Amino acid sequence: MAVRERLSGNEAVAYAIKQINPDVMPAFPITPSTEIPQYVANYIANGEIDTEFIHVESEHSAMSATIGASAAGARALTATSSCGMALMWEELYIAASDRLPIVLALVNRALTGPININADHSDSMGARDTGWIQIYAESNQEVYDNFIQAFPIAEDKSVHLPVMICQDGFITSHGVENILLVEDDKVKEFVGEYEPEHYLLNPAEKMAVGPYAVSNYYMETKRGQRQAMLNAKQVILEVAAKFEEMTGRRYGFFEEYQMEDAEYAVVIIGSAAGTCKAAIDEIRNTTGKKVGLIKIRVFRPFPEEELAKALSKVKAAAIMDRSEMFAATSGPLGAEVRAAMYQAHCEAEVVNYFYGLGGRDITVSDFMTVYDNLETMAKTHVVTGMYDYIGLRSGQSEEVMPPKNMEV
Amino acid sequence: MANEKIYDRINEKSPWQDITEGNKIFEAATSREFCTGEWRTATPVWDREKCKQCLLCTPVCPDVSIPVTAGKREEFDYDHCKGCGICAKVCPFGAISMKEGK
Amino acid sequence: MKDTVEIRWHGRGGQGAKTAALLLADVAFKTGKYVQGFPEYGPERMGAPITAYNRISSSPITVHSNIYEPDYVVVVDESLLESIDVTKGLNPKGAVIVNSARSKEEIAAHLHGYQGAVYTVDAKSISIKALGKNYPNSPMLAAVVAVSKVMDKDAFLTEMKASFRHKFAKKPEVIDGNMMALELAFAEAQ
Repeated sequence: MAVRERLSGNEAVAYAIKQINPDVMPAFPITPSTEIPQYVANYIANGEIDTEFIHVESEHSAMSATIGASAAGARALTATSSCGMALMWEELYIAASDRLPIVLALVNRALTGPININADHSDSMGARDTGWIQIYAESNQEVYDNFIQAFPIAEDKSVHLPVMICQDGFITSHGVENILLVEDDKVKEFVGEYEPEHYLLNPAEKMAVGPYAVSNYYMETKRGQRQAMLNAKQVILEVAAKFEEMTGRRYGFFEEYQMEDAEYAVVIIGSAAGTCKAAIDEIRNTTGKKVGLIKIRVFRPFPEEELAKALSKVKAAAIMDRSEMFAATSGPLGAEVRAAMYQAHCEAEVVNYFYGLGGRDITVSDFMTVYDNLETMAKTHVVTGMYDYIGLRSGQSEEVMPPKNMEV
Repeated sequence: MANEKIYDRINEKSPWQDITEGNKIFEAATSREFCTGEWRTATPVWDREKCKQCLLCTPVCPDVSIPVTAGKREEFDYDHCKGCGICAKVCPFGAISMKEGK
Repeated sequence: MKDTVEIRWHGRGGQGAKTAALLLADVAFKTGKYVQGFPEYGPERMGAPITAYNRISSSPITVHSNIYEPDYVVVVDESLLESIDVTKGLNPKGAVIVNSARSKEEIAAHLHGYQGAVYTVDAKSISIKALGKNYPNSPMLAAVVAVSKVMDKDAFLTEMKASFRHKFAKKPEVIDGNMMALELAFAEAQ
């Protein structure tokens, strides 16, 4: 029987770490992820787990030590947020290219500046090209479930890639919600003992990690990394299927909510998906309009074909980004989902909304407006532009207008 | 395996499928196989008469090409010495001189 | 949707409004509810106005936004009435509960014309009487349970006693005082 509890997102991740009892956790505190190493340090101090906690002087060192521990043969992880992950930048690439099965508990927070401690996805979206698997959560339950699935994905022989388990800062990390915990022995069995094939502390095998590889080798190495990402798609689904067997909770690349007959769809990542679901229930109950949601769970590897298929029948879609990429056009999710839809010849009208930057709240009524806009777009075939905003104060009636010299 | 060199298995003709995961190398001290001595354009010459065995030259050699046995330096390892001349510069006794060419 | 009760807490950093919201989530959870308890983070400074929220429901809650149209508002520090429109968006069929020694009528005059029910609880006096110290958050917690009826009194007190026993395992002498504070506040808020 699952254990009925109420925990914050940070407590849930720390609890999963306790159940996994990893070998090494180097960490440096940063809001809003600080509680995770705090709780873990408590578990260690109380003798509940025997993880080696390494106090480091920065996040750069935290990821370096995690890489070192993982290369040595330990099951290693760390936690961070925002600027902390920015300081890990070069190590993120090294962890991925060295093919180390590290797990990072990321509590998403806006990158400075201006200085802001609240949720948005600019930290992890900025790291989307580092070669890490990225898995996002809507709720505390999901971040816990994702965390338990992380090591089995990372450590699979056909993958060997680091995994980032993301949740929205404060919204889920500090919000207490009901949660169903898996029993300790079941988690232990699910995650299993880590038995690396090659590791530096193996006296029986000589080994060097992370050598210099100039242009004669670099491109082939990157192709190998890409193969691991491709393989990860299958493994993510296999691990999810095993997890479903254990808990009854189903996971895939994304969740489709009321999409069977949906004409208007929102594509979104993270905690706001739950708010969107409430809007969908309300709209369907009061007007019967066919509105639905695709909540992306796995952003790396990007489920391109699967998403295009899921969106193939909608009349209009709003792809919603919780981070800027300053392309002066779409955000990262907008650009990638649009590309997937274009390649699959989807005919839906599409708009890309920016919302929730730096913790700006998004409400049920905001999503009602989004669905109203989608209905209008589908009828008139007029889209406001490549992108627009939800929840922005503006002195102009239309936020996105083509520059004057571009009008044709 | 014993006599096989790493570049017999992985070299500039290897397809990506043959490159080890993360470029991991399952051998130690593979730099020995690289005869960087071939790059040399000037060569250090050791004068045993002037040498006091102070060993100042050994630690400054970037290519570990001044072997030491039982507390005494021996002849240069010309397979790996690149001829940088730091040893000649650091020797207080003029026991190392640089000659042009290999 | 309205089987969900939404509560907004106003307090000042350091007064325990966030802790009270988390405690309410805790105790409601123990009586079998689906709960949310979450703070809105602004400047993390002692004395700065802070807001915390609760959603309590008999079915799962997916909404992750702040609460703009609460059913109940709890004001832990009455000096906030001067600077914050605490009843903004408050359901007129709901209620506002203010920690104050003043009368309902006096408080109502500061509520920007709010038409719903107003309750005052003198949490400071209750706390000092029961505990000898000013810890206003537990009396306010009892008051909001009494007014909102999100759970029945006996279940509430039973669960609170269990959690005090756990929390104060090393100083059981304070448990009775804490329980008395809850009882007094419960009675005063009726």
